[in-house]
Amino acid sequence: MSYPTDRKYTKEHEWITADGTIGITNHAQDSLGDIVFVELPKAGAELTQGKPFGTVESVKAVSDLYAPVSGTVTAVNDALATAPEQVNKDAHGAWMIKIKVKDPAEVNALLSAADYEKFASEEAGS
Amino acid sequence: MGAKMVDFNGWDMPVEYPSSIGCGVVAEHLAVRTGVGIFDVSHMGDIRLAGREALAAVQHISMNDASRLAIGQAQYSALLYAQGTFVDDVIVHRLGDDEYLLVINAGTREKDFNWVRDNTEQFDCKVRNLSDDFTQIAIQGPRGVDELEKLTDADLGAVKFYWVTHGTVCGLSNILIARTGYTAEDGFEIYIPSDEPTSARVWYEILAAGKEFGAVPCGLGARNTLRLEGKLPLYGHEISDTINVWQAGLDRFCKMEKPDFIGRSALEKAKAEGVKSTLVGLEMVDRGIARDQYRVLDDQGREIGYVTSGSPAPFLKKNIALAYLRPEYAAIGSTVKVEIRGQGVRAQVVPTPFYKRPKKAA
Repeated sequence: MSYPTDRKYTKEHEWITADGTIGITNHAQDSLGDIVFVELPKAGAELTQGKPFGTVESVKAVSDLYAPVSGTVTAVNDALATAPEQVNKDAHGAWMIKIKVKDPAEVNALLSAADYEKFASEEAGS
Repeated sequence: MGAKMVDFNGWDMPVEYPSSIGCGVVAEHLAVRTGVGIFDVSHMGDIRLAGREALAAVQHISMNDASRLAIGQAQYSALLYAQGTFVDDVIVHRLGDDEYLLVINAGTREKDFNWVRDNTEQFDCKVRNLSDDFTQIAIQGPRGVDELEKLTDADLGAVKFYWVTHGTVCGLSNILIARTGYTAEDGFEIYIPSDEPTSARVWYEILAAGKEFGAVPCGLGARNTLRLEGKLPLYGHEISDTINVWQAGLDRFCKMEKPDFIGRSALEKAKAEGVKSTLVGLEMVDRGIARDQYRVLDDQGREIGYVTSGSPAPFLKKNIALAYLRPEYAAIGSTVKVEIRGQGVRAQVVPTPFYKRPKKAA
């Protein structure tokens, strides 16, 4: 799996673009399995880097979503409420929220696609 | 096979097989409901009781009435502590005049065997732990019979649900074939020698033979959602050493009129006192998934019980759960709340099992 280079990644398996669009990685959706439920904050909510901002559930498990950086939610992908399986089908296209990034330096400090890919493959033990 | 593995009571077990081969919990679950799914359940334990007083021993340690079993018949039962709570649930197979096989859970294998051995010492009967001798493979689903027929000379049509036979399977003679399972579906469980080359060969032969019926390998994830739809209890969840038979609603497998058995007098007393909690089925009304150990609340926010197993139900396409509730809240149709991340999410008490397999047309 190759990871898009137009965005940054976290060790908690989220991705974020420079304009503040956030989702989870292909590795994350693959580890979770069939995703059946996505719970996201409302527009206007404040995110703090490293703190949970939502929940994603597969058939077998519940996982928190962690804010890659701090910021304010400006848009939410409501389509995921009724079609959470979109995340399985296209994790890097199925965005979850958009935020107004508080400090762009926080984004720049995150993992590059190559570094994340290395991290994810080590975690998967492959 | 690229399966995601998990440590399950010391066993390296597949949770689910990869989506690249058409698997994943949902796909595996649906295969069992509509076609056939294959489970490696070699972690299950097997205890053999044989000898002149084997029946008396089985009667003493289990709650169902083993004297009703014909040779080749099996029954769901449980081993109980003197308090009427669960050592484990078991399937008791009668294999011969004086020979019984108890199939037990993985997590409780050693505990179960020691308990059975210690509580049958007074009987003229040999107790052997055969857990390491067999690999158990489950072939589950409406097409399971068609698939297994390709691999055996046994007359499977003559084997009713909860009966066993012996036959040649994948070239191995005298294999125990039981029409049992843990999926609330028709199916078979076969017991083959546990050496690795044999187990692996049979596993891949079964998978290959099932191709035309859409067979997929299934992991623990699907096993759990399948048994939940069918309200089949799981040790440590719906049954445990603190839950008794009446609470768990397993009355029909507990034969109080048979000769004395361990736990009977405590159960008699418990029946007279009435239960303080009872197992119910919940279906989520609002958006949310109940999970194990979540609290159940009344409309005032007071705790009235807890969830023992909860999950999306892949075949029913609902979010369901089993929960222990105080009896006054347990009526079918009652609305309760499940506490999910601090929020009370509405759920309704519904009839169980959630799923019943369709009766075959005669």
